[in-house]
Amino acid sequence: MTDIAVTAPAHGHDHAHDDHDTPGFFVRWFMSTNHKDIGTMYLIFAIVAGIIGGALSGMMRLELLEPGIQYLPGWASALGGAGDEVAGKHFWNVMITAHGLIMVFFVVMPATMGGFGNWFVPLMIGAPDMAFPRMNNVSLWLTTVAFVMLVGSMFVPGGSGLGAGTGWTVYAPLSTSGSAGPAVDMAIFAIHLAGAASILGAINFITTIFNMRAPGMTLHKMPLFVWGVLVTAFLLLLSLPVLAAAITMLLTDRNFGTTFYDAAGGGDPVLYQHLFWFFGHPEVYIMILPGFGMVSQIISTFSKKPVFGYLGMAYAMVAIGVVGFIVWAHHMFTVGMSVNLKMYFTAATMVIAVPTGIKIFSWIATMWGGSMSFKTPMVWSLGFIFMFTVGGVTGVVLANGGVDTNLHDTYYVVAHFHYVLSLGAVFSLFAGFYYWFPKMSGRMYSEVLGQLHFWIFFIGVNVMFFPQHFLGQQGMPRRYPDYPDAYAFWHMVSSYGYVIMAVGLAFFFLNVLYAFVAGKKAADNPWGEGATTLEWTLSSPPPFHQFNELPRIA
Amino acid sequence: MLGQNNGNCDMAGAKNHDYHLVNPSIWPLFGSCAAFLMFFGLVMTMHADYFGGASKWVFGLGIMAVIATFFFWWGDVVKESQEGHHTPVVQLHMRYGMILFIASEVMFFVGWFWAWFDFALFPVPVEIVDGAVQSLFGQDGADAITQWPPKGLEVMDAFSLPLLNTLILLCSGTTITWAHHALIHGDRDGLIKGLWATIILGVVFSSIQAYEYAVAPFAFGEINYSSAFYMATGFHGFHVLVGTIFLIVCLVRAYKGHFTPKQHFGFEAAAWYWHFVDVVWLFLFIVVYVWGGWGAPVAAH
Repeated sequence: MTDIAVTAPAHGHDHAHDDHDTPGFFVRWFMSTNHKDIGTMYLIFAIVAGIIGGALSGMMRLELLEPGIQYLPGWASALGGAGDEVAGKHFWNVMITAHGLIMVFFVVMPATMGGFGNWFVPLMIGAPDMAFPRMNNVSLWLTTVAFVMLVGSMFVPGGSGLGAGTGWTVYAPLSTSGSAGPAVDMAIFAIHLAGAASILGAINFITTIFNMRAPGMTLHKMPLFVWGVLVTAFLLLLSLPVLAAAITMLLTDRNFGTTFYDAAGGGDPVLYQHLFWFFGHPEVYIMILPGFGMVSQIISTFSKKPVFGYLGMAYAMVAIGVVGFIVWAHHMFTVGMSVNLKMYFTAATMVIAVPTGIKIFSWIATMWGGSMSFKTPMVWSLGFIFMFTVGGVTGVVLANGGVDTNLHDTYYVVAHFHYVLSLGAVFSLFAGFYYWFPKMSGRMYSEVLGQLHFWIFFIGVNVMFFPQHFLGQQGMPRRYPDYPDAYAFWHMVSSYGYVIMAVGLAFFFLNVLYAFVAGKKAADNPWGEGATTLEWTLSSPPPFHQFNELPRIA
Repeated sequence: MLGQNNGNCDMAGAKNHDYHLVNPSIWPLFGSCAAFLMFFGLVMTMHADYFGGASKWVFGLGIMAVIATFFFWWGDVVKESQEGHHTPVVQLHMRYGMILFIASEVMFFVGWFWAWFDFALFPVPVEIVDGAVQSLFGQDGADAITQWPPKGLEVMDAFSLPLLNTLILLCSGTTITWAHHALIHGDRDGLIKGLWATIILGVVFSSIQAYEYAVAPFAFGEINYSSAFYMATGFHGFHVLVGTIFLIVCLVRAYKGHFTPKQHFGFEAAAWYWHFVDVVWLFLFIVVYVWGGWGAPVAAH
């Protein structure tokens, strides 16, 4: 994006009694129609959900530390189920299911779109709020009750134990005839509720971005984060309803005698996989595109240069979004599809490497010759580029239908998608959090703690996930609680990586605590001349309602 | 506290733009809890053996709370419109919002059509013998019975009541346009007549659908054809009901004089929705009733 010359009305004048239109506690936080308050609640929600989802992965890494079943039966009985090995292994399936669904639907999406999207799309385009402020709030609360529904499903019967043990993909027939009891139905409705929340949010973002840009803010002057949110919103709008139809068919198969996925009644279990991945593949771009946008802002800010190839960067995201809809069956190479179909999906998938490459190289070109400063948001962004590239490269490997026949459902796949998500999307989230925390809270965090958080976390996740490539290449299947001794070493390394990562995370919480207790007051623009977008023209934190006088973009 | 105003701020209340900063509202929180109650109540009802006899009351309470949310929420929207909050740019928001909502609805139906095409284009060896579904997967004679619609299944005559329903919906598309033109020309009487006609046609369509379901030659579920048939046409029928209610709301508002020739987006949204429901039916008629039942024996009634 080129530098935006703004003629904004003067801000920052002191006004002693200015919060008389800020409502009281219940009205403000439970009946909110304010995009910043709703964004704040989304971020808190995502952090809480992230703690739960992260604790689940900690339990899994603990179980996988050594071969054999150590803890699972005990955990299953602690939750109120039977304490035998069957219930224990079922609880394993429940954990992998809950971990996946929580991280996708209740951490990454609420944080990227709900949190940062809500906070900064209106600020960056010079709008006073979102287009539909009340609908914005229903997205938040629907996501919240969806989470309650999902967590609740872990305490009711779901087959061979308590909870939904289907994997986050909820494949039939495990999710239909294989999982009697209410747990899977609750998980299905949790996805329905979260999906409805996201569709409404997507409508809100698209309308806001198309219709509320400040005078002079053309689409081609829009910050790349806003472009990322715009493309993401379209992906949500068009892919989630197909998932809704797919899981509704699951529901009627389970409860009302239809046979969509039941071969005995002429149904087709592979139909579910097609419908699921028609949603599921756009979903992975939904999780990463806002991150692309955030990283673009941050790299530009801390290189003190406009983003290299702004238009190319914007349309690369559009291209990723469009092509993302026609590659879904690369998740299903082993279902027995024809060679011609495999060739198509292999080729189409590899095409996505082109716009993604444009983005990676343009970020590097942005830094080239720039006046760089390695502040916390910047190191997270650099970490993002490195790790996302690793995940992208293994993605090109897996895109080959022939290679995937060998690697499908192994730890190689687990390593791949954690490099793009747990190390890609999550790194962009931390980058965005540190970048915008001073703006949101009005406080500075500790640079030392931020750097410690980054470096320990960076080492931890690499120690955790890099060995999983080796495990996968040696044939370790995903979603197993137990394994032969041959895999013991790299599993042990991976589990110790989790501990390192957790220590890094402790510095994150310490840093937030520090900022609120002892953090210095943040300036309107703490990042200097590199930060050119509109949110930095406002006070930190911004007023309850900003841009009462719309800014004009020259 | 994040987002709290620490003292530097624009002058409060000195808004100088046409956007609508909506007042705080309880309906999003109330409606979300209602949706939770409805879905959890449905889970309870489907597993009444586990959750006990109160299940369907929870479900019913949830449905009523959801309906109440729609009523009060959109009641607030109507009130805000009457108070003049819906400036031209806010009306444009709503146009975008409605178009995008309909786009997502289209994708929902894509899912059901996908299932239908999967079953119809890649038929499998299942047949109906004496009312029971039999599968010959991997057995002798599988090829002989692999066809669509499944062997032994009698279908409805597409050119009987479904064709009549097609004509009814197409006709209702013209009556809603009549109402729209009357509205634009300030003819409230014509608006009301056109709306009445559209609503009556919608109710007739739903009644004929209900009759078709009641006398259908195949039961709900148990085989791919009937699963996809009932779910696809059933969700369409649900959308017809919603569209009819939307039109009834417009009729009430027309009697109250809410619509002016210049500002009547509530009506236009209802009309767009009605046309969307109409187009989905045309696809259902062609793909499910005509093409999807081609060659199968037709039930007489």
